[in-house]
Amino acid sequence: MVFDQLKAIIVDQLDVAPEDVSPASSFADDLGADSLDMVELIMAIEEKMDVHIEQKQVGNLTTVGDVLAFLEAHRAAGVAE
Amino acid sequence: MISGTGSALPENRVTNRDFERLVDTSDEWITTRTGISARRITSGENTSDFAARAAANALSSAGIDPLDIDLVIAATVSPDSFTPTVSCQVQAALGLSKATCFDLWAGCTGFIFALMTADSLIRSGVLGRALVIGAEVLSKLVDWTDRSTCVLFGDGAGAVVLSQSERPGILAHFTGSDGTRGGVLRIDGVPLVNPWIADPQPPKPNSVIRMDGQEVFKFAVTAMQKSIRRVCELSGIQLDDVPYIIPHQANDRIIESVAGRMKIPRGRFYTDLDQRGNTSAASIPLALDEMNRAGLLAPQMPLLLVGFGGGLTWGASMIRWMPNSTQDS
Repeated sequence: MVFDQLKAIIVDQLDVAPEDVSPASSFADDLGADSLDMVELIMAIEEKMDVHIEQKQVGNLTTVGDVLAFLEAHRAAGVAE
Repeated sequence: MISGTGSALPENRVTNRDFERLVDTSDEWITTRTGISARRITSGENTSDFAARAAANALSSAGIDPLDIDLVIAATVSPDSFTPTVSCQVQAALGLSKATCFDLWAGCTGFIFALMTADSLIRSGVLGRALVIGAEVLSKLVDWTDRSTCVLFGDGAGAVVLSQSERPGILAHFTGSDGTRGGVLRIDGVPLVNPWIADPQPPKPNSVIRMDGQEVFKFAVTAMQKSIRRVCELSGIQLDDVPYIIPHQANDRIIESVAGRMKIPRGRFYTDLDQRGNTSAASIPLALDEMNRAGLLAPQMPLLLVGFGGGLTWGASMIRWMPNSTQDS
């Protein structure tokens, strides 16, 4: 499940509890991520989930749900790098 | 081998609280984002002054006569002048009359590249003994109205003496560059203007440090890991056998990220940036001199120096401290 995989990466990178991570969670407000945490998180997602996230798209990813939607759209399009 | 180390710092110590008067920032923001609490900023000495002091300290640490130095390379992006170079100014200040002197521009990787260059010249027999210096006064290149950059940088210099050695003290180098991504970390040069260029208004000089922080962070974490791995392979030394990694220190979060990803205990990265800030090409030799004076270095000890910076550039050197000595001598 994409969400479970993503949750595991978020828990590891942001050092938060799994129960605190839901699609509605805001990275900055709920999960305490600053801009460098986001850079590292995106790097980890790219590596572990074999995707590429353009720098200009990162600004739109404010919640866990935003990242999920991106990943699901990516997979649907069958694009991988 | 490295036969001596030296360093020089400004007296003026500027804390994060001092920055709260200058720009909209806080001690808490700076510390959590960067790990920096204070940095030294010149009150009047320029790059060549710090370079000369560091070099003089390195010469006495090595017990070497100024006339025995054949080569001076100063790594810097903040020279006093385009010409004479910092290295030539150091020559004049210290009476190194037999030396060939030049500066080396490679951003924060400058000291690694300069070390590799001097080492190669010594090994190939072209020259005998070298002073390799990393020296910066970044405070004259900082945009003091930009809170995202002005808090990061500090001034200072470090130097080493490189001599021939029975047993090798410099074991391997790994280096690389990528000019296609150079735009993420810039300090512009002199404006391009002359009577034959169409724009009649000379642009405002703007040689200040500008960077895309997030892109530079990603680059730094990747480059540092790659350089550490490759220099271990090239030297044949296992990372587990290296007690200290001496990184270029731009931001503590970079080092933490690399330590976590490579599963290296954080304490094996020697860091002082909480009191120094990012001193670019000076960071590695400054740290090495501090470690030497603190008695952290033992004969035969492998040390991994790693840098990354503007260009983009990156590299690492594996050295063996005092390779001809034993623990008892």
